[in-house]
Amino acid sequence: MSEQAPIVIVGTGLSGFSLAKEIRKQDREMPILMITADDGFSYSKPMLSTGFTKGKEADELAQATAAAMVEQLNIELRTHTTVTGIDSAAHQLLIGDERLEYSKLVLAWGADVIRLDIAGDAHEHVYSINDLMDYRAFRQALAGKRRVAIMGAGLIGCEFANDLRNGGYEVDVIAPSDTVMPGLLPKPAADAVVAALTDEGVGFHLETVVEQLDRAGDGVRLSLANGETLETDLVISAVGLRPRTELAAAAGLETARGIVVNRALETSAEDVYALGDCAEVDGHVLLYVLPLMACSRALAKSLLGTRTEVAYGTMPVMVKTPCCPTAVCPPPVNAEGDWQVEQNGRNVRALFRDAEGTLLGFAVTGDYAMEKQALAKEVPPIHG
Amino acid sequence: MKKWQCVVCGWIYDEAEGWPEDGIEPGTKWEDIPDDWVCPDCGVGKEDFEMIEIG
Repeated sequence: MSEQAPIVIVGTGLSGFSLAKEIRKQDREMPILMITADDGFSYSKPMLSTGFTKGKEADELAQATAAAMVEQLNIELRTHTTVTGIDSAAHQLLIGDERLEYSKLVLAWGADVIRLDIAGDAHEHVYSINDLMDYRAFRQALAGKRRVAIMGAGLIGCEFANDLRNGGYEVDVIAPSDTVMPGLLPKPAADAVVAALTDEGVGFHLETVVEQLDRAGDGVRLSLANGETLETDLVISAVGLRPRTELAAAAGLETARGIVVNRALETSAEDVYALGDCAEVDGHVLLYVLPLMACSRALAKSLLGTRTEVAYGTMPVMVKTPCCPTAVCPPPVNAEGDWQVEQNGRNVRALFRDAEGTLLGFAVTGDYAMEKQALAKEVPPIHG
Repeated sequence: MKKWQCVVCGWIYDEAEGWPEDGIEPGTKWEDIPDDWVCPDCGVGKEDFEMIEIG
């Protein structure tokens, strides 16, 4: 390994760029090479759920071009470049036939969207949106159209439903669950979001799934398992994400739900780290912004020579449904306790307390969403 | 008076207006905001804001 080999960061999403920024706060000169399969625009993924509400086109949601980031961060950046392998013993990254040396390697290449295998001939009208390029293609396809059906009622499905209604589109949501965001929100809070979105004009088709997608003129006809049929122009598939682990597993790195790392973001291979949506940090796969910002700060210190473990605080999640502001801090998996729910119309305050009365999680909607900061301070941090 | 923008969600803190919802009076300078204050929209901390313009 040559002394000059750079720190190589694979991925230029919020994780990759946050890490580069954190390194540069402390060291202007350390060579950094970033590699991305896309065009290298800097953007914040959560903002992709706000385009219509904020009246912005895809590229207006981006914060900087690749060229601007190269300038701002004093980095080398290779766009439209797909990594094909890792030789951790040789400290080399493989890009087709090319072998590229690294001093430290950071995998920040995110998650893949889960794609459903659905019968029919209309798959070219189905969009999954997990990055700015996906979003740009979706917005282009949407020009001149007025109807969108969303498969999936998770956080992203709900945020897009609200945003598209704010843009004046007719929106239908189809999902197998009996309410929205199952697993994230307790039912009374979720039902408040359903009621508010329904008032906004979103059509919900819950407890069923799409069985077939057929072309119908320029649009799509959806046949649902409950016998309903819907006509729409475009379909968004928002049924979940899965951390990208294949390349890491092929290189012999330990993987589970994500690429397994400890609190210092170290994988099982020396000098290889993982960060953001692809990483399983100390057993936690949290595909949200707060954890990745905490991780990138800790990792920057480690990469500059001071091994640092991340300490997760409380990790509240804000759901961007402006018609029903919602914040949630899920209790730890297997936590013992009960939800106590107060409800006043769309305003729900659900508090999860253990037998001693300690607040372990919460979900607040509507007017109570303002209490999120105060409640978050009461919840013990994940890494106490 | 300066404005600061959250790099994650785009929310803007305007020193002239403060953020009375969290008890931050109009005219409060960025450096005088408590270190544990977080973005009202997305929950990231002060360190994830950048100065965007000087008015």
